[in-house]
Formats: sequence, C-alpha cells, structure tokens
Amino acid sequence: MKAMLFGFAAIVVIAIGANTVLGALSYSSADRFSGSSVRN
Amino acid sequence: MLRMALAFVLTLALTSVGHAQEAGLSPDRAATGGAQTLNDILARQAGQAIDDSFRRDATGNPDNAAAIAAQLGTLGGVSDAETWRALRYGSADVTVSAGGEVASVLVQDGGMRWLEFRSTTLRTYGGWLLVGTLAALALFYLVFGRIKIDAEKTGRTVTRFKAIERFGHWLLGGAFILLGLTGLLVLFGRVFLAPLLGKGVNAALLDWSKWVHNNVAWAFILGLVMVFVMWVVHNIPNRTDLHWLRKGGGILFAHEHPPAKKFNAGQKMIFWSVILFGGAIALTGVSLLFPFDLPIFAKVFSALNATGLPQLLGYGELPLALAPQEEMQLAQVWHAILAFILMAIVLAHIYIGSVGMEGAYDAMGSGEVDEAWAEQHHSIWLEEYRAAEAENEKNSTSPAE
Repeated sequence: MKAMLFGFAAIVVIAIGANTVLGALSYSSADRFSGSSVRN
Repeated sequence: MLRMALAFVLTLALTSVGHAQEAGLSPDRAATGGAQTLNDILARQAGQAIDDSFRRDATGNPDNAAAIAAQLGTLGGVSDAETWRALRYGSADVTVSAGGEVASVLVQDGGMRWLEFRSTTLRTYGGWLLVGTLAALALFYLVFGRIKIDAEKTGRTVTRFKAIERFGHWLLGGAFILLGLTGLLVLFGRVFLAPLLGKGVNAALLDWSKWVHNNVAWAFILGLVMVFVMWVVHNIPNRTDLHWLRKGGGILFAHEHPPAKKFNAGQKMIFWSVILFGGAIALTGVSLLFPFDLPIFAKVFSALNATGLPQLLGYGELPLALAPQEEMQLAQVWHAILAFILMAIVLAHIYIGSVGMEGAYDAMGSGEVDEAWAEQHHSIWLEEYRAAEAENEKNSTSPAE
C-alpha cells in the first residue's frame, strides 16, 4: 500500500517538476511558438 | 497522403480494393480539358484512391509567360488556379520571414482528413472498443465468476513483489490511468461533456487535461522503463507458457491451474503489450510534446518501404515527403489508436487484478500473497522462491570459515 501511495506521489512530483524544468528551459509553448514581436 | 498512411495502419489485413479500382479508372479527361471528370468526383466521394497527378502537377510554368511587351505580358505563366493548386499540394515556392518550414505550409488539406478521422472513425471505433471491453469483462464475470483460491488459505505469506517493483508498477499504472482519462476527455469532451456541463466547464476540464496529459507523460515513461528493466527477464516466453495457454490459464479450458513461473503466459502478454504499445505511445507522445522538432513518420515509412511490405499489400511506396503538420497528424492518430488498444488491454488487467481473482490485488497491494494462492497460480515460482529462501537460511546459519 505504501509503495502504491509513493508511486502516486511520484507522479505528482514528476509532473510538477517536468512543467517547471521544461518551462525554465524555454520549452513552453509561448517560448517556442511566439516571436519577440508578440506580447506575452 | 494522410489517408493512405492511415489506411495502411488500420487495414493491414485488408486487400487493396481502392488500388484495384484506381487501375480501372479511365484516365481520359479530354472532355474536361484535363480537369477532373465526373468519374473522378464520384470515385473520390466513394472513398476510392485516385491518381491525382493530373491536378497535383498542373501548376503552370512561369517560363511560359508571354514576353513583357507582348499581349498579357505582365500576367506571368501561372494562373490563380495553378498557384492555389501548387499551394495545396505543397509544391509552391513559399518564402516566409518567420516560423520556418512549418509556416511555409499555407494550405494543408490533409488536416481536414485528419480532423474527420479524429472526429468520426477514431471516436466511434475507440469508444466502442472500450465499451465492448467492459461489456465482455462483465459477461466474463457472469459466466466464470470470481476465480477463488481452491485450497484453504494457509495464513503464511510469501513476498511476491518487492517495494521497488510495486512502486514502478503503480507509477506506470497511475500515470496511465491519468493519461487515459485526460486523453478521453480531450477526445470526447466536446461531444459528451460540453452539452451536459456547458462549454465553460468543458473548456476548463480540457485545459486541466492538457496540463496533466503533457506533464504526467514523463512519469509514464519512467514507470515504463522501470517495469521493463525489472521484469523483462521474467517475461521471456518459454515452454511452460504453451502448456498454460493450452489449459486456458486454468479458467477457460481446464479446471486445474497450470504451473507457471513468476509470470504466466497471460501476464507475459500484458507485459509485452504494455512495453510495445506503451513504448510506441511514448515515442509518438514525445514527438507531439515537442511539435515539429521530432518528426518520426518519414523515417518509419522509409524503413517500412525498405521491407517491401506496403508494396506487397498494394499500397505502393509510403510517402516520405511529409509536411511538418502531417507528421504531427500521423503521430496523433497513431498515438490515439495504440492508446485505445492498450486501454482495452489494461481494463482486462485491472479486472483480473481486482474483482476477477481472489488474492491477486495483494500481490501489488502489500506485496505479500498467501502460499495457497502462490501454489495455485505460480507453482514453479513458489518452488524457486522456497529454494532460494532455504539457501539463504542455510548460508546465514552456516558458521563463518
């Protein structure tokens, strides 16, 4: 049971981590598909 | 082009009816001055494959322009219709100041075929596949009931899965359930939820689903790698699997449970389905996560063409010059088809691991299973387990030399 809960917790951590890291690395959709002339 | 690829994916087993019909079409278009004929239109409406080179290649020739001083000399050698045709079929020389190759595709009519497939065929067949699977499982339960532990429970347990194995399983399983549900919300939300809950609620759900789907994907990939590394050695097919299958796992064709190692043939089928389908879903998913950066289908088609399989099935060579948008459309279609198949397989797995079999959940819950359960379902594994335990005990009690 504990392993299952750890697994589910890891999903949340990985998802938030992925979003944060990819955003920081300029892999967000706004960064990739808009130019400097587009207002953020 | 997209249709051809989809047809290849979906109907590998079918004969090439359209191809035969294409060969039978009369190419004589003198009556229309080379433009499409009624036969072409009817064939297209009937969904038959048509050699559209008479339109695709009719894009004019700038060199044919009248001299500048001649009559019509300023109009060039390409008509408006020819220009639009060139844009539609991707042969126009388009220059864009920003956006790269993606932005140079001004018209991509394959997108409509993709949209139609996603809105009709995919929803219909995918949805019914899941409904049909649930109905089949309900019927299975009614016919066979819950698979009980035949012998009296011993009260003694053995460790079926270690904590790290259960962690990997639930990481993969939990992520897959989230990805499946959010994927279904994205595909069916507009059809079922918007009329029921309103467009605003549906839009908020879609926004949330997109975030979850995009980011939970990494947990799924990690879980997939963990499960593969931990269990691949136990999932290599062997002779006991044939015996297990002949007996229908002790449920379908026989009442005594056939011997099995750590995983029986049914579990091995689930494992390889998850690895192969999950791997392909992950690959196309990553391609979709980084739009236009990681195209894969031109490479896959090239490899398939090299095998000669598409040609053998009458589809000719699969297209290698794919527009960036087309790559994404193929990735999405392949991603969704495989996901539906894997969801159906996983539903069966969830059934047998929960309500379908007494004691099965313990293996992934606490990791401990009753010896009677292990004896019934994995007798060879239990013997090996006991032998290893005895060996460990012997080693730990022998005096150090």
